[in-house]
Amino acid sequence: MSQQNSAIRCSSITKTFGSVVANDSIELEVSYGEILALLGENGSGKTTLMNMISGIYHPDEGQIYVGGEPVSITSPMDAQNLGIGMIHQHFKLVEVFSAMENIVLGTPGRLKSRRAMKQEVLDLCKNYGLEIDPEKRVYEMSVSEKQTVEILKVLYRGAKILILDEPTAVLTPQETDKLFNILRQMKQQGCAIIIITHKLGEVLDISDRVTILRKGKSVGSVETAQVDAAKLTELMVGHKVSLAIERPEPVDAHTILKVVDLTVAKPDGSKGLEDVNFRIRSGQILGVAGVAGSGQKELCEAIAGLIPAQKGAVLYKKENILGKTPDEIIDLGISMSFVPEDRLGMGLVAGMGMTDNMLLKSYRSGKGPLVDRAPARDLAKRLMKELSIVTPGIETPVRLMSGGNVQKVLLGREIESNPNLLITAYPVRGLDINSSYLIYDLLNKQKQKGVAVVFIGEDLDVLLELCDRILVLCHGRVTGIVDAKTTTKEEIGLMMTGEMSAEEKEKEAAEA
Amino acid sequence: MNETKKASREPLFHVVKHAERSAKQMILFRLAAVLFSILAGGVFILLIGYNPIAVYGTILEGAFRSKMAFQATLKFTIPLCICALGVTLAFKMKFWNIGGEGQLIMGAVFATFFALKFPHWNHWVLIACMMVAGIIGGGLWGLIAALFKIRWGTNETLLTLMLNYIALHLVSYLQAGPWRDPAANGFSKIARFDKNAALDKVLGIHFGWIIMLVLVAVIWVYLRRSKQGYEISVVGESQDTARYAGINVKKVILRTMFLSGAIAGLAGVCQAAGSDMTLSMGVAGGVGFTAIIVAWLCHLNPGMILVVSFLFGILQKGSSVVQSTYGLSADSAAVLQGVILFFILGSEFFVRYAFVGRRKAKKEGAN
Repeated sequence: MSQQNSAIRCSSITKTFGSVVANDSIELEVSYGEILALLGENGSGKTTLMNMISGIYHPDEGQIYVGGEPVSITSPMDAQNLGIGMIHQHFKLVEVFSAMENIVLGTPGRLKSRRAMKQEVLDLCKNYGLEIDPEKRVYEMSVSEKQTVEILKVLYRGAKILILDEPTAVLTPQETDKLFNILRQMKQQGCAIIIITHKLGEVLDISDRVTILRKGKSVGSVETAQVDAAKLTELMVGHKVSLAIERPEPVDAHTILKVVDLTVAKPDGSKGLEDVNFRIRSGQILGVAGVAGSGQKELCEAIAGLIPAQKGAVLYKKENILGKTPDEIIDLGISMSFVPEDRLGMGLVAGMGMTDNMLLKSYRSGKGPLVDRAPARDLAKRLMKELSIVTPGIETPVRLMSGGNVQKVLLGREIESNPNLLITAYPVRGLDINSSYLIYDLLNKQKQKGVAVVFIGEDLDVLLELCDRILVLCHGRVTGIVDAKTTTKEEIGLMMTGEMSAEEKEKEAAEA
Repeated sequence: MNETKKASREPLFHVVKHAERSAKQMILFRLAAVLFSILAGGVFILLIGYNPIAVYGTILEGAFRSKMAFQATLKFTIPLCICALGVTLAFKMKFWNIGGEGQLIMGAVFATFFALKFPHWNHWVLIACMMVAGIIGGGLWGLIAALFKIRWGTNETLLTLMLNYIALHLVSYLQAGPWRDPAANGFSKIARFDKNAALDKVLGIHFGWIIMLVLVAVIWVYLRRSKQGYEISVVGESQDTARYAGINVKKVILRTMFLSGAIAGLAGVCQAAGSDMTLSMGVAGGVGFTAIIVAWLCHLNPGMILVVSFLFGILQKGSSVVQSTYGLSADSAAVLQGVILFFILGSEFFVRYAFVGRRKAKKEGAN
């Protein structure tokens, strides 16, 4: 790589937080006209490193070079002036502003006339092959449009070095393809791009080179063309891992929960779920696919008794459980572990230790007005050992634990309550490979015990490999329930965008 | 040249979130804060022309010099401690109950009703009725804010604050109108309670101190060991999580705010029937607000609340002696209290954050 072509070079970057070494002499280089994937398990220091490049943190040691020159980046403003732009996982847009207002926000460009502003944005779009309606308000936009605005925002500020933090987490396969096309085009224009992602398929698809971090150290950079998924995983984890997800045959499958014509309204009055029909069988894993916000949350909450339904029924062992309180439903053996985006929002209490979190659903069961913590303490200790949860102690607040461990605590507790039906939403969200496979194993064990499992997931590859049947949601409607063994990713992708499966179309026609 | 430019651009210091400090470090930090506050208070005393050591000595002496003085110190301590325990319940739920003052007053008002109207009942029946009335009065006052909160999502901070003034002016109405002492020659005040309506003395002080000690223990167990206390913590941390766990969040909010107000109400009964022997505009006298500071200073720990309330009692009683001995105005005593609070609350910042200077960061990096 020639020196003048280098966009960013990090040389032995070290950053410590208290006693934790987040980054330990990390080496990283990306050139203009190149896409670099940054790969690593959770807690391997990817975000810390990117935050130093974008000026949020300052390295304790080491030097960052931009275009070959040593620089000191002390604020996001510095990073912007150096042509570095970061696109965060969570969009930072003003909902009521239009696309172009968001793009020019905070720059001298905001003082220009609307017409000049619009022209500028359109020119920028044309240069990089992006499509956006400059006048459209953000709240009317789809997720992928919002992402486009985010990208335009940093391009407008003159960024030639783009950092994308898990940009595909919220996109459908089709939208991901579109994003990758945009990235390739930007590469053609001479931009340097660093993309952080967990999905190996995407790494192989989009990147030219991969830099792998493990436990805060850079373990090497490889040319993407020379590696495959297994090799990348090996580098990331440090030893060979089998990537195949097991799918044991269902045993004794019979319908345990039947959802009939379920219609649920969102708080804003719009339809969260519309005429949803499906069955959940014991000993099976039912996958739920769909773009984020297609009604997954409403589905969970309606079954768990947290929100009222407008019409329809949820029959659990032939008894309608709509209208029951959440604790009555928990007592029936329906257990839900919902992992929201921030992981700790529901299901776990961030400020409490493992012991107290174990008590969350069982504290009522003991006699008398006092809580008996002894069994919870034993359970916490056992889970810690069985699921190899890493924490300083069972009384350490869970907010101080890493994402994977938090999820193990959550799922472990739900499984320990011996549910008949286990609903789990995004259980591997943001987890590294090892932890993810551990979670799949846990779910398979439940399945073999005859528990009906509902798995609401994001990664279609995983859904296809792990689940027995897949239900696809789009705008609160079921657009298909398919056999995971015979269907393809493309079919599900289409259903996610609203295209009905042939079977569903027939049903619709029959009803009409 | 590039180097020098770089150096000048690096900020002088960063504010860094500190890793959780050990319990021992935290205690050292707070002790240091107390020391600093005493020093700074001393400088203030020096500036207004008095001898700090003498003034501090007078504060301590004033609080302990005689049995009477010590009793007076405790009389300041009791309502403060009880009221702080009350608001602690609400704060644990992250319900910002700023209405301890009003709830205390309403407890006193409800109890005063029995003291004025039925002074000749059997003593213990009367005292029991006053206690229960105080609990209900304070509890209902607390419940109002909770009801509005769960029904219409109103802001509890504003509502409890405003309810303080309503309670205060209700007293002003009662003493000018319906409950005015006919023997006061038109002077607007409520009559002194009959002796029969006074809280009995145990070891020379009204038995509010026993209530206080019992409450410290009860609240400790309630928050740490009981199911309801567990529910309060969960609701306080995240209402969504509470809903998912099948906890009836509205019920918990209503129950806790009733209890929070009820305990403050009890403090009102102790003040009116134990110390003041009447109901006046000054029955709360800011105790409800100081209680908030005490509760937070102690990180909602009931045992610490007892200790800190007692220290506040010493300061309060001691300053009143300083006032009379040195002719210092009440305002300078208030300044002294402010200085001490400033340092102790300010130390909380350093418990969580640290300044990392430019040079120090470099040195650490070199190691």
